[in-house]
Amino acid sequence: MSFDVDIEVRRGDRTISCAFKSPRGITVLFGPSGAGKTSVLEALAGIVKPERGHIAVAGRTLFDADQGIDLAPEKRGCGYVFQDSRLFPHRSVRANLLYGWRLQPAERRLIAPELAIGFLGIGHLLDRMPRSLSGGEAQRVAIGRALLSGPQFILMDEPLASLDASRRAEILTLIERIRDELGLPIAYVSHERGEVDRLADTIVPIGLPD
Amino acid sequence: MILSEVEWQIVALSLKVSAVAIFGALPISFVLAWVLARKHFAGKVLLDALVHLPLVVPPVVTGWLLLIVFGNNGPAGRWLEQTFGLQFMFRWTGAALAAAIMALPLMVRAMRLSIEAVDRKLEIAARTLGAGPWRTFFEITLPLAFPGVLAGMVLGFARSIGEFGATITFVSNIPGETRTLPLAIYAALQMPGNEADATRLAVVSVVLSLLALIVSETLARRSMRERGGHVL
Repeated sequence: MSFDVDIEVRRGDRTISCAFKSPRGITVLFGPSGAGKTSVLEALAGIVKPERGHIAVAGRTLFDADQGIDLAPEKRGCGYVFQDSRLFPHRSVRANLLYGWRLQPAERRLIAPELAIGFLGIGHLLDRMPRSLSGGEAQRVAIGRALLSGPQFILMDEPLASLDASRRAEILTLIERIRDELGLPIAYVSHERGEVDRLADTIVPIGLPD
Repeated sequence: MILSEVEWQIVALSLKVSAVAIFGALPISFVLAWVLARKHFAGKVLLDALVHLPLVVPPVVTGWLLLIVFGNNGPAGRWLEQTFGLQFMFRWTGAALAAAIMALPLMVRAMRLSIEAVDRKLEIAARTLGAGPWRTFFEITLPLAFPGVLAGMVLGFARSIGEFGATITFVSNIPGETRTLPLAIYAALQMPGNEADATRLAVVSVVLSLLALIVSETLARRSMRERGGHVL
């Protein structure tokens, strides 16, 4: 079981309920803007605390309200790719990529930096500063940074939102390779039908309240 | 321009007083700035007002309050002397204390703005990458707020170099001990015929303040270019 989630998250003045179990591959949280998809992802990452329920990923309990388990974000081992790439502006591309990598013990590291850099095609960007990157370049670096942090699962929040069509196809292919070659559970937030049809092994609809 | 030995001593004393004041006020200012920027609590408005008080109260009042609290018979003054052997009244340390209090609001303001300008989403990103709260603070928040911290220090330094009212009230105008640049200029102007002395010292204070501003501008610009960080 990749994801075993049953939670209620408060967001402003309403409560989002979300429950799903997904066997493997990519789980797409699908729904209109403002439905609370990002809140669910943030709960998986430990950024927001659910009101009740439990979260387990790949058999590991990250949150359980009844048992009083609530792992800090840095203890959850999630590779979070944000909608805005959130690269650290005061560090070079290389330092951004290696930020999580150097914090991990060797046995937790999934792939070598050279491999990830080649895989993402960002070797020529290493000495640049993030603000000189295009949207597509920044998002590839952000994906690399998440992969190199030795994640046990990947969270992606509309990673294609800021990209043009040709870049989108490129990143979609990358995401499929991550799924197939690294075998990591991936939770993917989207409101685009096309992405859902192409990527989803499991679809979790998240709707607006009636 | 040639300064006499006494005048060099005045300049050296001013620099020493200001440097001690700024580095002493730095940790307190940063903590206050952090609390005001990030925390929400009852009484925050009051704390904010208290921090700003030295900016709006007449400096002579601040000096007098310092005398009451940190004087040899004041509650804090007596305790500090008995515990650490630290004396403020009529000492250069008192001048540094007065300068620190007067510089504090400016330092807190600059640092608070720069802390508020740090994108907290970047801190969250660092946490998901495996950094604990302290590592996140030292590797993400502090470097991004650094230009503002520096700007606050330089602003505070410039304010300290010019401090007059609270200093003369608290520690008097003692040559070699508490007679900093502004106090020396004041003393020179008290006696007729000393305009030349006053002018030389005035030029020195203008140059020092100007240097401080140029240094802060240069550092801020450089770090803006390199880091894409924030300055006030």
